[in-house]
Formats: sequence, C-alpha cells, structure tokens
Amino acid sequence: MKMRLCRALIFGTAALGLMAGSALAETELRITWYNDGNEGEVMRGILDRYEEANPEVKVVLDVVPYKAILESLPVQLAAGEGPDMARVTDLGGLSEHYLDLTPYISDPSYWESNFGPFLKWKRQPGDDKAISGFMTQLTVTGPYVNKTLFEQAGVALPGEGATWDDWAAASREVAQKLDIPIPMAWDRSGHRVAGPAISMGAKMFDENGEPALVDDGLKAMAAKLHEWHQDGTMPKELWGSVSGSQYLGANEDFANANVAMYMSGSWQIPQFADKIGDAFDWWAVPAPCGPEACTGMPGGAALVALNTSEHPEEVGKLMDYLSSEDVLNEFYGKTLFIPGHLGLAASGVEFDTDDPRAKHALETFAAAVPSISPTAFDLQGYVNNRVMFNALISRLGEAIVGELTLEEAYDRMSQDIEQQIAEKQRDG
Amino acid sequence: MAHRTPVESDEIRFGERLNAIAAWPVRILFGLLDAPFRAIQRLIGIGRMPYIFLIPNLAFFGLFVIVPLIINFAFSVTGGDELFLEDRVYVGGEQYSYLADCDNFLDPQSCREDRFWRGIYNTCIFVFFQVTFMVLFSLITALILNREIRGRGFFRAAFFFPVLLSPVVVALIWKWILLRDGVLNAGLTSLGFERILFFVDPNWSMFWAIFVSIWAHMGFYTLILLAGLQAIPPDLYEAAEMDGTKRERVFWRITLPLLWPNLLVVIVLALIKAVQIFDEVFVLTGGGPGTATQFIVQYIYTTGFANQVQNFGLAAAASVVLGVVLFVLTLVQLAVTRRKEDA
Amino acid sequence: MADAQTVSTGRLSQMLTARRGGKSWHWTDVFTYAYLAFGVCLMFGPVIWLALSSFKTPAGLQEFPPTLLPLGQIEVEVEGYEEALPLFRVTMEDGSVRELAQVRRIGIIAQMVDPADPGTSLRVPIDAREPIREFRVAWENYTNPLERFNFVTYLNNSVIVTVVATLVTLLINSMAAFGLAIYEFRGRNAVMLFVIGTLMIPITIILVPAYLVVTQLNMVNTLWAVILPGAATPTGVFLLRQYMLTLPRDLIEAARMDKASEWAIYWRIVLPLSLPAIAVLAIFSVMWRWNDFLWPLVVLNRSEVYTLQIGLNAFQGELDVQWHYVLAMTVVTLIPVALVFAFLQRFITTGIASTGMK
Repeated sequence: MKMRLCRALIFGTAALGLMAGSALAETELRITWYNDGNEGEVMRGILDRYEEANPEVKVVLDVVPYKAILESLPVQLAAGEGPDMARVTDLGGLSEHYLDLTPYISDPSYWESNFGPFLKWKRQPGDDKAISGFMTQLTVTGPYVNKTLFEQAGVALPGEGATWDDWAAASREVAQKLDIPIPMAWDRSGHRVAGPAISMGAKMFDENGEPALVDDGLKAMAAKLHEWHQDGTMPKELWGSVSGSQYLGANEDFANANVAMYMSGSWQIPQFADKIGDAFDWWAVPAPCGPEACTGMPGGAALVALNTSEHPEEVGKLMDYLSSEDVLNEFYGKTLFIPGHLGLAASGVEFDTDDPRAKHALETFAAAVPSISPTAFDLQGYVNNRVMFNALISRLGEAIVGELTLEEAYDRMSQDIEQQIAEKQRDG
Repeated sequence: MAHRTPVESDEIRFGERLNAIAAWPVRILFGLLDAPFRAIQRLIGIGRMPYIFLIPNLAFFGLFVIVPLIINFAFSVTGGDELFLEDRVYVGGEQYSYLADCDNFLDPQSCREDRFWRGIYNTCIFVFFQVTFMVLFSLITALILNREIRGRGFFRAAFFFPVLLSPVVVALIWKWILLRDGVLNAGLTSLGFERILFFVDPNWSMFWAIFVSIWAHMGFYTLILLAGLQAIPPDLYEAAEMDGTKRERVFWRITLPLLWPNLLVVIVLALIKAVQIFDEVFVLTGGGPGTATQFIVQYIYTTGFANQVQNFGLAAAASVVLGVVLFVLTLVQLAVTRRKEDA
Repeated sequence: MADAQTVSTGRLSQMLTARRGGKSWHWTDVFTYAYLAFGVCLMFGPVIWLALSSFKTPAGLQEFPPTLLPLGQIEVEVEGYEEALPLFRVTMEDGSVRELAQVRRIGIIAQMVDPADPGTSLRVPIDAREPIREFRVAWENYTNPLERFNFVTYLNNSVIVTVVATLVTLLINSMAAFGLAIYEFRGRNAVMLFVIGTLMIPITIILVPAYLVVTQLNMVNTLWAVILPGAATPTGVFLLRQYMLTLPRDLIEAARMDKASEWAIYWRIVLPLSLPAIAVLAIFSVMWRWNDFLWPLVVLNRSEVYTLQIGLNAFQGELDVQWHYVLAMTVVTLIPVALVFAFLQRFITTGIASTGMK
C-alpha cells in the first residue's frame, strides 16, 4: 500500500514537472540571470514589489551558472528557445537576438539621455536607434593593491602618472621584502589586457574600422607581460595553467594577502568588502599609464529584452519599472555596482556600505570613467570584440608557457581573428 | 570446504528481494501488454517479432543519436554561424581541408589549425600511457584480489568506489589536493621538498591527467579481470603444482593465456574510453598549461560550443574524424568479442 | 588450525595465491597487504579529505599547511563592546605572550584589549598576533547555498529524471537485447554493428545537433529532454544481450511448446533470468543520470525544471571559484552515491564480475 502511494506520488509529480510552465492564467516573464554576488537577491526583492503592484504579471528569475550564459544561451537563442530577458555580458555578440523596446516603453528619450553611450554597445552594426536594455552594472578595469603590505614593506605607492613598469618594480620590492608569493597578478582575460595595451598605444582597429589587434602598442604590452611571467613578477598559475580563453581570477589569492597588486576591475568591490573586510587595506588605484593613455576598459553586464519573447508589451512595462531612477538607485546602491545610468552617475548613488575601502574603490573607479580612452569605448562597442579578446589571451598564454614564440603568437592571433570573423560573415 | 562461489549467493539473495518488491506492479503492467503483443504476433508471425522488440530502442536511438550524427555530418560540409541547416552555406570539403592544411603533419606548429593537431598528439600520448598503466595496474590489483586474503569483499569494493563518482567530482577532488596550497604540497614541504606547481608544468599536468583517470576507472577493469581469473579452473593449477612448475612459469603459461580474452576486452574498452577523454581533464587542468593537456574532444567542444563564434562546421568536421577513429576501434572490439565467442 | 590447513592446501595451487598456511609469511603476502593498504588509502583518502575540507571556513581553506580538522577563530564577549571580538595570541614587546581581543585594525597596527581588563587598550603590530582557534564546523558552507535556491524542487527533478530514465532505459534496452539475443533474423548483424559502432560516441561531440532535434520535438525545458535522449544506450543493449546469450535455449523452446507468446517468453522467462545484468545496468543508469551535467545545462533553462547538478552549480558566477561552496556542494551530490555504494556495494561488484562482458 505504501509502495503504491509512493509510486503514485512520484509519477504524479513527474507528470507535473514534465508539463512545467503551462496552464498559468497570468503572464509569466522569464529572466535568465547569473550571480556574482548579492545582485540576484536584490533584483528578486525589486521584482517582488513589481509583482505586488502588477498582480497579473509573474516574473521568474532563472539563475544559471555563468558558463550557461556564455555557452548555452547563444544556442538557445539561435534555436528560438530563449527567455524573455537575460543578463548578458557579450553585449554585441548576441545583439541580433535583442528586442527593440522603443515601441513598448513609455519614454524612449529617458533611455537615450540616461543610457545613451551604453545603448550603442547593444546595437547591431549600422543600427543607431534600437533600445534593448540597460546596464545592470558598468565596470571599469583597474588594479587593486594591498596597501597594508606596501606599508609593512615600507614601499611608497607609485603616484599619479606612474607607469606599469613603476608599479611592477614596486610590487616586486614589496613581495621580496615580505616574502609574498605573488608580486602582481592579472585576471586571465583578454579584456583585462586591452586597457593597458591601449595605454601603450594599441589602436585595435585599422583606418577602415576593421579589427587590427596586433600593432606596436599591443606588442609592447604583450612583451612586458611575457617578460613579467618569465622573471616571476606574475605567477604562471593564472595565465600559464589552463588552455584557450578560459577565465581565471586571482581574487582568492589577493583576498588572502598573497598578492601585492591585482589587475582586475570594479566588480570585485562587493566581494572584497565581504571577504576581506578590514583584514588589510585593499585599495583601488588609478590605471597605470603608458605613453598614449592611462586607461582601463569599460564593460559590464546588461539586462536585455530578447526577441524570442511572446510578451513584448509586458517586457517593456517591466523594463520601464526596472530602469527608473529610483529602482536603479536602490539596485546599484545595494549591490555596490558602478551605475550604468548617467543621471545617477552625475548625482551619485547612495552606496549601502560603511567600509571606507569599498567607498574609496567605488570613487576611484567612478572617477576613472571620464579618462577612459575612446579606443577602449569603441572596442567595447565592437560586435566581435570577444573574438579579439579570446585570440589575444589564448595565444599569449601559449607564448608564456613556451609553446609559441611571441612572434608566432602574434601571427596566430591575427589568423584566429581573421578566420573566426570570416566564418561568421560567410552567411552574411 | 568446496570451491566458494561468493558471486552467486549474493546475487540470488538480492534478486529475490528485488523480485519481491518489483514483482507485482511489473507483472500487472507486462500482463496487460500481453494481449496486444499476442495480437501483433498473430498478425505478423513469429519470424518478424524481433523487429517489434527492437522498434522502441531503435526509434529513440535513431532520433537522438543517428539523426544528430547525420546533422553533424551536414554541419561539417557547411559554414557560417547559423544553427539551422537551411540557413547554412554549403562549402563542401572546405572544413576538412582546413583541418588538414599542414606543411608537416608531425609538427602542429606548421598547421593552419594547430590546436586540432596538438589535440591529436596529446590524445595519442595520453592514450598510450593511460591504457598501458590502466591495464597494468588493473591486472596487478586483480591478481592480488584473487589471492586468499581477509576482507576481499571490502578491498574489491574500495577499488571500485571511484567508478561511481561523476567526472566533475573526480576532477574537483584531485584539483583540491594538487593546488599550490593543497595537501600534497603540504606533505612535500614537510618532507623538506620545494612546493611544486603541478598545473604549470606540462609534464606534471599530463601525469596527473593520466593518474586521475586511472584512479577513477581502474576498479571497473579490475572487476572484469577478476571475473576472468576466478573462471580459471583450479585443477589446472593443481596439475601444475604436482609437476613442480615455478610460479612465474605458471603465470605465463596458464594464467595469462586463459585471461587473455578478458584482457583484450579491457584493452579495447580502455582504449576507446581514453580516446574520448574530456570532462575529467577539462575540470582538472583546463587543458593547460598552454595546450599541453588539451585533447581532441576538448578541441571539438571549444570550437563548436564555447567560443564566441560557435564554429559548428569546423567542430563537426573534427568530430567526424574522431567518429571514424572510434568506429575503427569498435570494429576491432567486435572482432575481439567475436573471436572470444567462438573460442 | 586443521581447517585452515585444508583451506590453504586446497587453494595453494592457485597462481600467486594464498600464503602458505601456518608457515612464515612469504614476501608476496607482505606485498599483497601493503599494496591493499596503500590502495585503500589512495581510493578513500581523497574523498575523505574533500569531506573534511568542506566543513572549513574560507579562511581555514586557505591555510597552508592545511589543518586536518576544521577550525574557527574564537570570539569573546568583552564588556563595553557590542559585538563579540576575535581573540588573538599576542607576543608583546617584552617577549611575554598574552591573549587579547582585537577591537579594530588600522593599517599595520591593531588596537586590542585584554578581555579581563577591558578598560585599557593596547596597540600591537599586526604581525605579532596570531589567531586562537578551536574546532568549529562551518555549516554555513552547506546552509547558505542550499537556502539560496529551491533545493527540494531540484532534488525532486533529479529523482524523477533518474527514476523515469532508468525505467525507460531498462525496458527498451532489455526488449532490444531480447530481440538481438534470441532470434536469428535478417539485419541482425547490421543492427549489432550499429549498436557497437555507436557504443562509444560521446554526447559532447553531437551536443548541438542533438539540441536541434530536441527543439524540433518541442521538448526544451521539459524533463523529457533529459530523460529520453540517453535512454537507448548502446552499452545497455550490448551488456544485456551478452548476458541473455548465455541463457539455456531449451527453456524458451519448452515455453513455445506450451503456446506461450513471444512477449510472455520475454517477460516471464528471459527477464527474470537476466536480473543480475539488469540490476547492473540499473545501477549504471542511475549513476549516469544522477551525475549528468553538460546536457541538462543546455536543454534546461527554467529553474522549475533544473536538476540538482545544475542547481548546485548555479552559484558559480563569472568571477571566481568559491572553494568552500564548491566543496560543500560536491559533498551534497556525493551523498546519494555514497549511500548507494554502502548498501549495494557487494551486489554491484559481484554483479559486474559475473556479467562483466562475458
């Protein structure tokens, strides 16, 4: 008897599960989302209030591993099986699947004036009108230092206008004096290299606007990185361990005071505030300089509407709510994200932290935005930028472990980019 | 005390229990199906009944394996980044010739698609060492477990345990041990050695890739060999002992020849499994350093799925090449099992 | 003793076999037990280490050399301070060692108080202090991620997928194996060739085409998309067929004489006799389905149909590997495997040995 009940239960729930997502009277909107920190919880709270005010709409946040955003979502979108909205980072690459919200939002001019420069990142080449979403966070790449280690070693922080060489030398000195295993670490990511390369004079595009990754500026930065890996300034564990374009960060090592200087970006702030607390002074410093500029790379994640949605009206309405100044003020404030809303950027967001280090870091990165090189903005807005980043990091990684010489790596980078873009353009 | 058969007693007890639990719903279900099947049998005759039994399996198989294989082949002769076949551009053998574009096939660096060729060479090295040591250690373990030892059941289970773990878990377990601050390095430093950054050194990475995959799968092959050892009639050994034959000689003259069919199955199975190695090593080493442990399946996965431009065509072409290799290997296995059946 | 003697003489003859009963140990006996002891450590050690580590705090995980047991810093209530303060062992300038609680840290100087004398505060360089720790289990490694999502739903989905998929697999595989083992018919060799030829195609290489098929069948975001594609396993057909080939044919002939239908022969005679092989396939099927990750990740993107493997990985963001969560969640997925193993291990190992590729 017990068995039978059990069986009935299992199959009953099986049938339910198998028919998931049908037979609901209200409109259901699905957002595919990933989390780096607490943003999912904050967003859920905001959505709960929206649902209360709009009982006919239900919004479901489907949290996936970031891997699924990068790998599965594009295939799902191409097959027409996507959700209504998604939080994505490959802004240009997925743009053919975005929904133009212009007809569905109440005030397109609000979007233009507050999200203007970032709307461009989500448009397809040749389009200058579409509005498809807003930045859940704007990010700027830049370095952090462990100021406590510098103080303990008695090494002064290089000041305004210091070059990457100055910083590398200072980090080495700190590590040597205190016996720290890693003087300087960079995220294993082409996006992280792009800013410093532009500072060294890399142009990224030729005069026709076609991608031209390898030039003297890039070579100058790549050669430095190569050398730093050989002389022990940078650890081979990050760039020289995995293959291809896989991401690896040094945030854990930095949080454990194993790293004097860490090149990453503004998105680490909430995590560091949480993890490091006051164990040491982690300090964001302005992007070091090269002969051409002192720039980081802008970037970030956007919440976009997708053209697979069957409820564009409701999506537009929800987007109106989420993008409103009050809601975004709350969202950015609680998540400690740099606002991707010009009005809020100008007036300043009330960040929900008492941590002086976090506050300082947020100020430093926000202050870095105006000094970002136009080349960096163009690169971030370029549809195939990830092809360039991936070619850069994977080939540089192979050069660092000695599989390729630097010259061979440069050739392979150009060849990779050329081949992938050609493949993409084959069918127009 | 006669020749003990631990296998059967367990089996029967468990079988009875399972029968008792599952019998009646199964009986009702299958009983209900009896009438329709009887009707079909009357309609088409006994001679065609095997097709009826095959249909459900073949239907699923065709739908989810054969059709994708055909689509995969179609991908390999088309280009572009579109998903639906009708949107893709026919390019003929271009993807294949791109893969084969080499000045010197022995030097991946001279190839257009250097990573594909490095994947092939890495796979060859991996397969050679992994299969050799897998078979060697499985054999030693099986021989030892075949001895009269206390707690044989426990030891047999201990060696089998990792077979049940998922590849991701296996890789995470070992990665956690092998990290810079991992327990293995703690052991090394306490013995006065320098720390080793295992995943930065190509040779160490390859070593651990091989070691971990052997660790995870050895138990399965050990059991197959153990079954073979236990099937060898004891009187053969008794006769050999009467003649005063040396142990080593007994091993080479009796054990190995009689174990050979099982050993062949183990070799072929291990070979096929090794060629398609992916998840374990991917999570463990990420294919690095550089491309030192990037194997052929990882190349296909990255090219067709994980890159920004998902190059389905090139990945499909590479997988067709892999498929042909695997097919040849399985044909070898077929021949082996055939010979065994005849024997 | 006499009994032992007979056992050993009976077995002595087996190649590289028993120790010579009663006499001194042969070197092979020493080697045998040394090998086995080492093997057990090697097989279980890593898993136990993983389980122990999963109870450590993030700080504890980063420690080098690692401690065997999970430790946490002691915190003490000090009069005049609202929150509990972390306790340190401090080497003072005069060389004496005191236990002090830390109020705050400014730069490289820590401000500390003696819990016994909260009135006076002391300034101590931070490298002169060392945290005092006690045995503490970091349950939050488990509770935090489990609270963040709907664990029960995911568990339920995983169980449904595993159970339904295994039942479907057993049914259709055993039918096909029956057809291939019992009958001589046209095309049998072709089908066998097909089965064996595809025995070893990894799903990874047909991921995208298989996804296309699933979308065309409208199965995306249903559990069927995970259950059905892997059901017709060539491995299962192969294993069952090889076992069924060994069954005595006269039983089947006798049943036919009694006018039993072919279906009845299948389920009344052949199936019960093949139970050991079916059970082995069942165990493998359960393991495959329970551990499946990449394929569900592609075809399931709505949280109400997530399986445990996807759900447990959902906290992995763009940024980092949070080892304390990864280890804890790995242990969670390991628990059912460990249970299956603990209860069924004798049966699994003997079953495979008896069916294993006969």
